Amino acid sequence: MKYTEEHEWVRMDGDVAVVGISAYAAEQLGDVVYVELPAIGAKVVKGKDMAVVESAKAASDVYAPISGEIVAVNDALGSAPETVNAGAEAGGWFVKIKPSNAGEMDALMDAGAYKTFVEGL
Amino acid sequence: MRYLPLTEDDRARMLATIGVKSVDDLYVDVPQAARLKGLVDLPKAQGELAVERRMRALAEKNTPAGRTAFFLGAGAYRHHVPASVDHLIQRGEFLTSYTPYQPEIAQGTLQALYEFQTQVAELLGCEIANASMYDGSTACAEAALMAARATKRKRVIVSGGVHPHYIEATRTLCEAQGVEIVALAPAVDGEAEVMKHLDDTVAGVLVQSPNVFGTVTDLTPISDAAHAKGALLVATFTEAVSFGMVEPPGAMGADIVAGEGQSIGNSLNFGGPYVGLFATREKLVRSMPGRVAGETVDADGKRGFVLTLSTREQHIRREKATSNICTNAGLCTLAFTIHMTLLGQRGLSQLAELNHETACALADALAGVKGVELLTPRFFNEFAVRLPKGAQGVVDKLAGQNIVAGVAYSRLREGMDDVLIVAATETNTEDDIAKFAAALKGAL
Amino acid sequence: MSDQTTTGSRGLLQAEALIFEIEGAKHTGVDLPTPKGGKDRLGGLKRKSAPALPGLSEPETVRHYTRLSQRNYAIDLGLFPLGSCTMKHNPRLNERAARFEGFADLHPLQPESMTQGALELMDDLAHWLLELTGLPAVALSPKAGAHGEFCGMLAIKAALEARGEGATRTRVLVPESAHGTNPATAVQCGFTVDEVPGNAQGRVDLAALEAKLGPDVAAVMLTNPNTLGLFEGDVKKIADLVHGAGGYFYCDGANFNAIVGRVRPGDLGVDAMHINLHKTFSTPHGGGGPGAGPTVLSEALAAYAPPPLIVKKGDGRAMEEHRRPGAVGRLCAFHGQMGMFTRAMTYMLSHGSDGLRQVAEDAVLNANYIRARLKPHFSAPFGDGPCMHEALLDDTSIKAHGVETIDIAKALIDEGFHPMTTYFPLVVHGAMLIEPTETESKREIDRFCDAMIALAERARSGDAAFFKAAPKFAPSRRLDETRAARQPKLRWRADAEAAVKKAAE
Repeated sequence: MKYTEEHEWVRMDGDVAVVGISAYAAEQLGDVVYVELPAIGAKVVKGKDMAVVESAKAASDVYAPISGEIVAVNDALGSAPETVNAGAEAGGWFVKIKPSNAGEMDALMDAGAYKTFVEGL
Repeated sequence: MRYLPLTEDDRARMLATIGVKSVDDLYVDVPQAARLKGLVDLPKAQGELAVERRMRALAEKNTPAGRTAFFLGAGAYRHHVPASVDHLIQRGEFLTSYTPYQPEIAQGTLQALYEFQTQVAELLGCEIANASMYDGSTACAEAALMAARATKRKRVIVSGGVHPHYIEATRTLCEAQGVEIVALAPAVDGEAEVMKHLDDTVAGVLVQSPNVFGTVTDLTPISDAAHAKGALLVATFTEAVSFGMVEPPGAMGADIVAGEGQSIGNSLNFGGPYVGLFATREKLVRSMPGRVAGETVDADGKRGFVLTLSTREQHIRREKATSNICTNAGLCTLAFTIHMTLLGQRGLSQLAELNHETACALADALAGVKGVELLTPRFFNEFAVRLPKGAQGVVDKLAGQNIVAGVAYSRLREGMDDVLIVAATETNTEDDIAKFAAALKGAL
Repeated sequence: MSDQTTTGSRGLLQAEALIFEIEGAKHTGVDLPTPKGGKDRLGGLKRKSAPALPGLSEPETVRHYTRLSQRNYAIDLGLFPLGSCTMKHNPRLNERAARFEGFADLHPLQPESMTQGALELMDDLAHWLLELTGLPAVALSPKAGAHGEFCGMLAIKAALEARGEGATRTRVLVPESAHGTNPATAVQCGFTVDEVPGNAQGRVDLAALEAKLGPDVAAVMLTNPNTLGLFEGDVKKIADLVHGAGGYFYCDGANFNAIVGRVRPGDLGVDAMHINLHKTFSTPHGGGGPGAGPTVLSEALAAYAPPPLIVKKGDGRAMEEHRRPGAVGRLCAFHGQMGMFTRAMTYMLSHGSDGLRQVAEDAVLNANYIRARLKPHFSAPFGDGPCMHEALLDDTSIKAHGVETIDIAKALIDEGFHPMTTYFPLVVHGAMLIEPTETESKREIDRFCDAMIALAERARSGDAAFFKAAPKFAPSRRLDETRAARQPKLRWRADAEAAVKKAAE
């Protein structure tokens, strides 16, 4: 599992990358009320807008941690956005990406580095 | 000064607590050159009596609509507002309250908004409505922009029957964000013309029913054609009372219905404040501008209401907001709700019928004048006639006889110099109509 | 709570259902003549299905809305210390004047010979706004403050286009502390937004702003006094820098109450500024509207004002309704919020030049007094120099005890006050922005400060549970905003089950 400084996580599941927001980010956001997800087939670029996650009083942009094509989105979040709070790093995944640039994940933080990063905030 | 409670004694004590000698010390950050030494060149304070005298004198330089034979609509309509409406909205708890951001102490406003939203959705034949926009013209403009946002396309085709002020306001808002407005030539009965311009670059078609010439149109074929091309049907209107008797756009397939609610609960007020009604489909709600009230529960499990879906709005979403709108029509919205509650479905239907009957009588009387041709084939309480002379000249002439003979179309938009648009409501009498017809005959 | 009543009412506070839930609400509280009936001329477009609109008799309607009104806090009831909202007393003389027949029963398109009084009033109002701001032109039609921002920024865009720089100057500088309408408006005009950070004194970082200037800058949007309640001392320097770089200066006039009669925005280099008549000039907030946002314009922008414009015609006045070449297009139907013009004019005439100057001074005095009394108990960022008409505090000093800004806000409700603005400006964590206005007495202000001090002490005593349970005495307990957003229910429905099914389709 790898993390970005914008609090997204990525893990490989076969040749597809699963992406979500970190438990820390979900906690900071508070109760999630809605997630705006991209369409299947959309192309995303590392570091650019990919999705939006909303609480009652805030909307946060979620950036693509790696570049590629969206091959799946977590439809369950539509009727149960609270899944993000319950399991941000598991059942609360946002999208699955077919990566276009294999090397991009190497530059991201591992769990330990992310933990240190968060503590410094 | 009657509105300033601080006494000189208070001021002295407060300055002492703060630890400064005078209030000038509190303005220390203002650059010297910008500090006004004396008073600005305007009259000094006056008591209520003097102010009232001045305001009354100005008011008396106007001729109230009710003191004329009045037949003008074109976006604002003279209806009778029951006495209790104005009394209720002047209760301090309504008049002097704020946007309900602290819902626990604003349930009055929030429940009234929830009732309003339901009334508007029902009236317009739509699934949901917001808590109101500034007025019909800006609501119409925002509706066109919403169509562009929802379809991710950049062109809106506007029929020749939309009120010219609405076309202009829509153009101003949409073109600023690169959405092209294609405004078709003025046409009395041409809403369907928009269909000829549909292709897959069109975000939406904007039509009006009843339109500025009073024409009511079946929007179903337009709706089908638009949807077949992946575009939305946006419908606007200026006379909310119409839908007490006429099929509303929401029931004819319109995706967004946005127009003027002034007719219900609000006086003419020389153009404002009015109340923009905005309704749409549930599935488009996240694209919808403006504030909206929703139902929820409190810590005791009791039902309550709050402003919701706030993440669409400017105070949260900032540069990515659906609109920069920050207020709604507030008190005017409440006036609409109260008047609508007094009317109910039965009263609204009755009111609509009275309006239509009066307009039919007016149409017969005017069409009976030699040279006058009724242009509007199907109308509610407003219609257009063609005169054998310039319409503006006729309006001016009749004004001198204390008759407000509608408006010349050419005042609103270039062209159609001989077309006059007139309206009748339940406030018009048979005498008014006879007077108008006789004067028109004399003027032609 | 264990003391339930049969009716759900609690003494004077009456339980009240939605009008849609009232059994048999098929009445009419309006007596209308019976229609004659007969053939209609709707061409077959008669309404097929009647709208489900409940109707009540007059007594029932009056009672319903009176009961609702009792669940609202209001200025008439007590202090409404919302920062940047200027919740001042709404004089009732304003209401009387607005309702004179000659104003209320006047159609915007009536012949000019019938509306000379209205045109004169609008012209007088324009004159007062120009004198007070020191700018030469004004667009009266914007329907609210945000609409005025739109008008001003469009005028800037039109001026740039006239110079042939419309396509190149597309970047607008906006302080991080700006109100959300500012960036939203810039985007609405087709500009991009570039945020400028603040400095340690809570003002715009002048060096950062200067570094961001360039040939692609259209304008800077500043609020002055700013959203932290502080006067931007460098404002003239900023104006000169931006002008020198070929850009314009838009000023958000929301905080004009602090300086009206003492400082003129025109003297600070402002090119466009909207004025919130419902803030500085006392027109009522009405539960969220209507507002009015006339926008004053500098010499450089005057030619771009949108229609309609009032012009002299013979001995009287006329309305010029068509757009001048290159000017901003019409913003809305008709002429603007006349109902708010009459109220604001009444207010201005009542105060006069001397009264308005006193308004600003008392507003600033009240805010500084509150800050002086609360500084020992709450953290006041940027509290070294004076503030303007609003005082900024935050929850730094109480957070360690598990109490946050929102908790203070909810506890204040139980004390009988509307909470101050919370969590704005965004640049200060846990912000509390307090604007008393000049129409609060020292007695009311002391009452507020006493309550705040007591709450601060309670927070520091570690009684977080007390705060989390608040409010206890309001007509409603704390409402679940998360639930409202997750399961949006925006209207009443006859058949709730059918609606749930439909939503799932």
